Amino acid sequence: MLRDADRIFTNLYGQQGRDLKAARARGDWEGTAELIAKGRDWIKEEVKASGLRGRGGAGFPTGVKWGFMPAEGGDRPNIIVVNADEGEPGTCKDRDILRNEPHKLLEGILLACAGTGSHLAYIYIRGEFVREAAILEEAIQEARDAGMLGPDACGSGFSCEVYVHRGAGAYVCGEETGLLTSLEGKKGQPRIKPPFPAQVGVWGCPTTVNNVESIAVVPAICKRGSDWFAGFGRERNTGTKIFCISGHVNRPCNVEESLSIPLKDLIETHAGGVRGGWDNLLAVIPGGSSTPALDKAACEEAVMDFDGLAELGTGLGTAAVVVMDKSTDIVRAVARLSHFYAHESCGQCTPCREGAGWLWRMMERVAAGNARIDELDEMQAVADNISGNTICALGDAAAWPVQGLLKRFRPTLEQHIRDKGKRAA
Amino acid sequence: MPTLTIDGTEIEVAPGTTLLQACEQLGIEIPRFCYHERLNIAGNCRMCLVEVEKAPKPMPSCAAVAGDNMVVHTDSESVRRARRAILEFLLINHPLDCPICDQGGECDLQDQTVAYGPDRSRFNEEKRAVADKYLGPLIDTSMTRCIQCTRCVRFMHEVAGVPELGAAWRGEETEITPYIEKGLTSELSGNIIDLCPVGALTNKPYAFQARPWELAKTPSIDVHDAVGSNVRVDSRGDRVLRILPREHEDVNEEWLSDKSRFACDGLARQRIDTPYIRGNDGRLHPARWDDALRAVADAMTDVPAAEMGAIVGDLVDCEAMTALLDLWRGLGSPHIDCRQDGAYLDASARAGYVFNSTIAGIEDADALLIVGSNPRLEAPVLNARIRKRWRTGRLSVGVIGQAAPLTYDYTHVGEGTRAISDVAKGDNAFAKVLKNAERPMVIVGMGALDRGDGDSVTGHLHRLVENCGIVRDDWNGFNVLHTAAARVGGLDLGLVPEDKGLSAPAMQAAAGKGTLKLLYLLGADEVDTTALGDAFVVYQGHHGDAGAARADVVLPGAAYTEKDATYVNTEGRPQRTQRAVCPPGEARPDWAILRALSARVGHTLPYDTLEDVRHRMTRINPVLGRVDEVVPADWSAVTKLRGKTPRKAPFESPVRVFYQTDAISRVSPTMAACVREHGLGDDDRKAGSDG
Repeated sequence: MLRDADRIFTNLYGQQGRDLKAARARGDWEGTAELIAKGRDWIKEEVKASGLRGRGGAGFPTGVKWGFMPAEGGDRPNIIVVNADEGEPGTCKDRDILRNEPHKLLEGILLACAGTGSHLAYIYIRGEFVREAAILEEAIQEARDAGMLGPDACGSGFSCEVYVHRGAGAYVCGEETGLLTSLEGKKGQPRIKPPFPAQVGVWGCPTTVNNVESIAVVPAICKRGSDWFAGFGRERNTGTKIFCISGHVNRPCNVEESLSIPLKDLIETHAGGVRGGWDNLLAVIPGGSSTPALDKAACEEAVMDFDGLAELGTGLGTAAVVVMDKSTDIVRAVARLSHFYAHESCGQCTPCREGAGWLWRMMERVAAGNARIDELDEMQAVADNISGNTICALGDAAAWPVQGLLKRFRPTLEQHIRDKGKRAA
Repeated sequence: MPTLTIDGTEIEVAPGTTLLQACEQLGIEIPRFCYHERLNIAGNCRMCLVEVEKAPKPMPSCAAVAGDNMVVHTDSESVRRARRAILEFLLINHPLDCPICDQGGECDLQDQTVAYGPDRSRFNEEKRAVADKYLGPLIDTSMTRCIQCTRCVRFMHEVAGVPELGAAWRGEETEITPYIEKGLTSELSGNIIDLCPVGALTNKPYAFQARPWELAKTPSIDVHDAVGSNVRVDSRGDRVLRILPREHEDVNEEWLSDKSRFACDGLARQRIDTPYIRGNDGRLHPARWDDALRAVADAMTDVPAAEMGAIVGDLVDCEAMTALLDLWRGLGSPHIDCRQDGAYLDASARAGYVFNSTIAGIEDADALLIVGSNPRLEAPVLNARIRKRWRTGRLSVGVIGQAAPLTYDYTHVGEGTRAISDVAKGDNAFAKVLKNAERPMVIVGMGALDRGDGDSVTGHLHRLVENCGIVRDDWNGFNVLHTAAARVGGLDLGLVPEDKGLSAPAMQAAAGKGTLKLLYLLGADEVDTTALGDAFVVYQGHHGDAGAARADVVLPGAAYTEKDATYVNTEGRPQRTQRAVCPPGEARPDWAILRALSARVGHTLPYDTLEDVRHRMTRINPVLGRVDEVVPADWSAVTKLRGKTPRKAPFESPVRVFYQTDAISRVSPTMAACVREHGLGDDDRKAGSDG
């Protein structure tokens, strides 16, 4: 279990104040100017050496991403965009950072700007996060008044302005290019990559888009050293991570833990175990609704990091662990997720627009037992035809839960169909 | 220069080439729906996916840029599977109502399904239905068929510059919509019918008229404005059913204005299909050719040559004008004019009356001053070219004349001649823009030249050209934008009054006063026919418009779709129409009518065939034989004028109602519907609803 001394988010539960004074008491905004003085490359290299991988779901190494940003002095300024459009079902980690540790995020933004040669940052916050947006605005005002942000941030001579932009509630705006399009004031539709945002981002400027948590851990990495951060977890899967444990556990919670913690330990140590005991476990969605669910056998061996879960055919995603005990109708549950993805598809590209709705309707029929068993193969084909063929990952996200269900719960699916037949007889 | 391998063939392409373009260079066909070479890349249909080795996922070839050492497969199992998958997705909610769909037979979705698609459906859910949208009298919608490729949306935003379409809602509920139930206000809206890869947007007046394989397709030239857009006339039997654009990179790219496309139903209305002679009862009576020609010949023999005049209308072809010119010269009359609006245009030097920079040359220009013209109404396709250049951010536009929405931003320099003189003198800031430009352009419209003081306006323009360096050694930026398809050809042939001859307005006045006894109107309908006094009026043309109503003898001619004829566009580019259908009834090609008449009046024209006329035509001006060429005109040959004291009145575009500018469009029910839709009619204007 992670020692308290190693926790980055010491006010994750909001037991202390979130204002500047309380944040400073926890060590935020301490020695920031000196870190900036070490220069853009030092910050970038430090983050790279820490092995920090993006906490928004895709797990791309943050330091490497920063390295794609061009030198300053081009025709267009570099821009940092913080993705606070946390919408993956099951995920609520960024919300608690925004609520209780806003200054950690702001300090991280300042360092990220220094590490990428940007002087301008936007926080694109989910529309439903009304209170959190107000808290952020308040924190930015505080920081600006105290000289932490602004033309001479922390007295370092480095200028950094931060603005909050509120979204309007579309899941797809959490996809980085969809977010940028929405930030520009257009309909939130993902763009084709390449060009990547570091080349052509928001308003055509070189842009880095990072998740709230990725940015918020940067000050700790710079202050405590990349070695310290890299000391947690396994190789290529280093650092601490906030896990959001929900569903059929005794104590649902957000908890910061070391990466690579076994799933079973995570649930038993921090969430008070599965409701009705481990043997009552049916399945776990390990990384937010888009990641394929694991059955009990897989849960026994699952290690909670990027590579460990990828080996099991799923993913760490946002580390939102959704636990389902045996009272769950998992077909119904996945059908509900399919509806979510059909509803949230932006409608731009064909496979996702047409396929997500098709999958959902098929899932509904299977859940009601109103299907033929050979239609399960068809469902597999439809899901396979969506994934990999779309502009952004929402298409994949729509297909994965169904593919996972077919892979690990095929007997359950067939049973659903057969039971209906029995009922009819 | 990146070198890559596509399907085993190595190819070197220019940097920035997309994979789709590289494939096309190799002759490999890549299926696509959303991609269109003249629109921004959307990459949303996913039909053009190809496999690139080492790439984790299939890549959209329309958007992926060719990179060095890429190995691309366009026909691998995974590509075929992806294409089948995409087509299946497109088809699940498509109504498959091909038997009752107007797009049938020329539908991208149909063709590509045959080539790449599944042969049966495994979709067991209910299909989606989408409410149809109202887009005005030109475009019919069947939105359930829409595959959301957004070509129409991109066209309206990018090319037309009238962003009235968008994709509302999201996911499978996405709908292409005009937001409000109102007809599209772009003059280029019909092009979205051609762009639509399925039958969601179809030609409303043409609805259920024909199947494409029943139509005879004749390449031809449009005459509704002076751009000379290349068109294809689709006909069945004796009826023109629709007009489509034909690609010509230097003229209309592949666009066509709504008038050129939709006014064709006017070709079947109010036609003069037999000769008429006005009887003693004051009414026109059908007559035989023999009698009609004799009536004209008798009248012409009675009148001395100096007392007869000829005015040529806007839709007349060069062959007919050649015949008229020869006849008039043979009779010895100096009164002949092809400028029925009285515009000041000096026929002696070509550089003074053509669009010297050429239409394609607009894409080189970096500054543009529009004088007395509304190109959006006078030449929508040319206006799209200006917008295309403007969108690159490298064109500054200034306007002298009425401020109007032109689909691009411009500086409103002034309203009348005074502003030209200010720019010429350097008193206006726009002078600097023109002087600093490398390729400055001036476009002069008929609005500046047709109001009686055209010579003075031209004088001021000549000074502006001189002072701002509009004409340079390797660049002629002086351009006249005509509104009449016949005009440049007429000037090229020299259909202007000789020394003592009368201009068109003077002929009308003389007829009113009784000093001109006979007036021959060759397709001239835009003259004031109520003030021609007792003159004997002959009208030769194809529509019963103003000219025929006043005429004493009416001779039925052929419309542009019914004859092989030469028209010279505003650039000075001679182009030829081809006969798509036969002239109705007794109507004949116009040059032949004049040839027949010439024999009756004892001045038989020396030609019996179309080839002979064309031979004679090119003898008069060799340029007319250089079909589809723009021969550069010599600016130094233009007689430079001096401007007089400027008149105060602002320039007004001669085109007030885009949809009705000539005899064909005035009788077109479709054009009339457009006028009603947009509140452009006289009654609407009186009510003050033209906004």
